[in-house]
Formats: sequence, structure tokens, C-alpha cells
Amino acid sequence: MSFLVIRNLTARLKGTDQRLLRGVSLDVAAGEVRGLVGESGAGKSMIGKAILGTLPKAVEITGGEILLDGTDLLRLPPARRRSLIGATAALIPQDPLTALNPSRRIGGQITDRLVDILGWTRARADARARELLDEVQIPDADRVLGAYPHELSGGMRQRILIASAFAAEPKLIIADEPTTALDVTVQKQILRLIGAMQARHGTALLFVTHDLGVVSKVCQSLSILYGGLVVEDTLARDFFAGPRHAYSRALLAATPKYTDPQASLVPVPEAVLAEVQAEVAAYDGRAT
Amino acid sequence: MTDLYTVTDLHLSVPDLTRKPILGPAPRIEILKGISFALPKGKILGIVGGSGSGKSTLGRAMVRLMEPTAGSIGFDGQDITHAPEATLRPLRRRFQMIFQDPMSSLNPRHRVGQIVQSPVALHGLADPQARMLEALDQVGLGRSYANRFPHELSGGQRQRVGIARAIALRPDFILADEIVSGLDVSSQAQVLTLLERLVADLGLTLAFISHDLSVIRRLCSHVLVLHQGVIVENAPTAQVFARPQADYTRDLLRAIPLPDPDQPWD
Repeated sequence: MSFLVIRNLTARLKGTDQRLLRGVSLDVAAGEVRGLVGESGAGKSMIGKAILGTLPKAVEITGGEILLDGTDLLRLPPARRRSLIGATAALIPQDPLTALNPSRRIGGQITDRLVDILGWTRARADARARELLDEVQIPDADRVLGAYPHELSGGMRQRILIASAFAAEPKLIIADEPTTALDVTVQKQILRLIGAMQARHGTALLFVTHDLGVVSKVCQSLSILYGGLVVEDTLARDFFAGPRHAYSRALLAATPKYTDPQASLVPVPEAVLAEVQAEVAAYDGRAT
Repeated sequence: MTDLYTVTDLHLSVPDLTRKPILGPAPRIEILKGISFALPKGKILGIVGGSGSGKSTLGRAMVRLMEPTAGSIGFDGQDITHAPEATLRPLRRRFQMIFQDPMSSLNPRHRVGQIVQSPVALHGLADPQARMLEALDQVGLGRSYANRFPHELSGGQRQRVGIARAIALRPDFILADEIVSGLDVSSQAQVLTLLERLVADLGLTLAFISHDLSVIRRLCSHVLVLHQGVIVENAPTAQVFARPQADYTRDLLRAIPLPDPDQPWD
């Protein structure tokens, strides 16, 4: 069984009948990278937050299962759930500047988690931080561990967050648009770094993005979301050979492609939007 | 064809305050190191480069939000390099800017109508409200949006408000600084299509700053590639993509992830 299994997950805005996730099911096996793709508002980040238990208070999970190594997170008491997530899952966030505390040095921000959640000694955590910086190819570890976030470049900060995510050897990492704030050359380095780390550690990786170009470089499988509904769940290779769903095809045509300027950056046609919206409505009809 | 902008040997440096001694001046960091190009009227110029290449600084110097240290910027035959604010004021209507982050560049407490209308009134132009409504129509939002607040809009819609605010003043030139990088691909496509149409319909000249060469290829007729404050490539778009001259341009092109698993990516 896959390390992360989500079955029929539904969520809504608390106190309303506004549905946010509509029966989402997906699997991520150890060593697998799955892309979670959709436009803003499709619910892709929300799935990551549902797993990590960091949903905003206004969002309420109304059904389904999130199995982490066979244990249903939604049926655990909160304290047990937090300690299980802390020990087995981690997040690589989107914006490396807001994710780091601006008034604290880098070193402590990597090691706190190890000391506080896993109960490591300071010395062991410090040694691990050095090892990790080496692994994410940051030279001059001493200077960087003693630096404040503003002293480092965007790419360097994202490396720190990758190091921090892998610090406790998690079994599952959720990367939420980790390269959207970076320029293409740095993005390439960071994606290759994430890929290499993930492969070496055999981590299950859920990669949230709206960029199908990025998906084609790092993911083996992907789920396409629209309005909280999974419209296509497929292997990356099959997807790029020919998406099955009209909405997925439109999304692929909207993706910038400098080699073919005429056939890229095409807005999703109204007819396709109407089709996928009808599917969302049909789901709602079945669910009520 | 006449040039709207003529930029000659432009230098811009800022004080490096992290290295400032307690007494005495801070050492200076050179951001632009001798930039020269001309932008003909009616063209769309793409300005590309990585973070820290100086592309936004160049844009800000062109609309004189920053003052160059040396060299010159000519706008429609007038030297604006060191023009004082009083001289710039009447020109400011003619060069407008659209910002990267539509959320932080729109006042959250003002309604869309007010956001688009107040610059028109500020410049003392006739009938600000009519111009505001016309601009909302032109960007495809429709007049009913005049009463909404920015937080009620999606990212793509907010960026349309930014565009409406710029075109309501009927400018000659618009600087668009990474205006689609925060949007998802489908909204990107819509905003680019809109921009393309407006440039043609309104006879605008546009400088489009981006780190994304795919977007540049779609929109721009001419490209400047900036690297560490220097122009490494200045050529028509088709030529940059077919035969990139600079190593840096080739690196940039190779780093773009195409939606194709067979693209060599190393």
C-alpha cells in the first residue's frame, strides 16, 4: 500500500454549503513524486494543508480518509496526530522569505524542530544541520548557519528550507509551489536538488504546482484538479503524450512553451470551462 | 520610425548600507553598468534577466522612479535623465507602470472605480468617471466591477484593474514589471492576450519585464537580455530564440522547463 492514501476527501467552508474539496482520492508511494496541478482556487494547496493539519479554521473536513502509512489521520486525537505528522511529514513552502523567521539566525531555525519534536540533543542537531547544508550544496556552512535570512539570496533560502524539510528524514514531503518565487536558472537548480534528495532518501513527495513544465521534469504521476474535483489522475508520461480530459488538454495548451509560441499560452476556452463546471455540478448533485 | 525612448550609456548605483562605515559615505553598488538601446514607438520590448540582473531597476529608471547616476534617458525627444519632479509631473501621465503584485499595488480600502479614477482626476483630465468606465470595459471587466473591492477579485482580475488604471490616463508608454508571474497559466494567457490587443488598439509602446522567455516570445517584437547590469543580447525576438548569441541567453533558454518529459534538461 502507498505511503500516503487519500480516499474520498471532502471539505467545505464552515457553516455554509460551499464545497472546497469534492471527493479527492490519490496515492503517493514511497519514492514517488506526484504533481498536484490546478489553477488558483482549485484546492491543490488545501489538500497539502489537510494532510499537515494546517487548514484555516474556516475550513472543515466533512468526510473521507487521509491514511499515512495505514493510519487514518482524521480519526486520531489531535495530539497523536500532530506528533505523527511531525515525525513523518514535512513541508517545503512557497515563499522562502516569509517561511523563515527574519529575526533569528538560520542555524536555530533548522535545529529547533529536531530538538523540540524529536527530542534530539543540541549537539546532535547541530551536527545534522551541518551535514544537511552540505547535502543541499551550501558551502561555508558556518557562515550560513550564523546568518539571518535577509543576508541570503532567494535560492539560498529555498535550499535552507529544503534542508530543513529533510532534516528529520520524513517519509512524506509536501512541496507547495517551491520554485514560483525563483528565476528559471535558480528554479532548475532547486528542482534538481529536490529531485536528487527525494530519490536518495526514498521520500514520497506531493508536488503542488500550476506549472506543467515543472511537472514534466520532476513528477512520475499527477492529479489535475478543478474546483476541488480530481478531473484526471494519470502517469506523467501518459499525460504529456495526450491528456484524456478536455480541461487537462486546455491546461496544457495554456502552459508557456517558447519553442511553439502559437500553440501555447492559450486561455482555457469557455466551452471547456462549461464542461468541467458541469462535472462539478454533477458531483454536487450526486453528493447531496 | 521614431524612437519613443533613447537610452544611452546608462549607469545607476546605490549606496551599500550593509558596508557603510560609522563615519563617511557608504561604498556604492553598481546596478546598471552602461545600458544603451532605443525603443521605437508602437513596439513591445521584452526585458529579460535573472534576479539581480537590474531589469526592474532599468524599468524604474525609464519611468524615473529612480534617478540614474550617469548616462541619459530621452523620452519622446526630451531628456528626462535628471529632470526635476516639476518637469516630470506633466510627463508622468504619459508613462505609466503596471506592478508585479496586484494585491499590494491596489489600495485595499478603495473600490475599483476609485482606484482607476483618482489618477485621472489627479492629472486634471476631463470627466474622470467616464474614462474609468471606459477603461474597465477595455480590460474586459465590465462596469459593474467599479463597486468592488480588490479582495473580492481573483489575481487575474486584479491585474486587469492595474492595467485599467494605467490605460485610463491614455499614456504613450506602459512599463509592465513581471505582471503575470504571480498568475496561474490560464490567467497569464488571458492577461497577455488582453495586453496584446490593447497595445494594437491604443497605439501603445510597451516595455515588458519578465524572467520568463516563453512569455516574452509570445508578446514581444524585440528582446533585451540583461545579466549583472549589462545588456548581453539585444535583438529581434525571433533571432534571440533561433540563434542566441550570448552564453547567458543560452543558459536561460535551457533552464526553461517545457511541458515535455523528453526535453533534455541538464
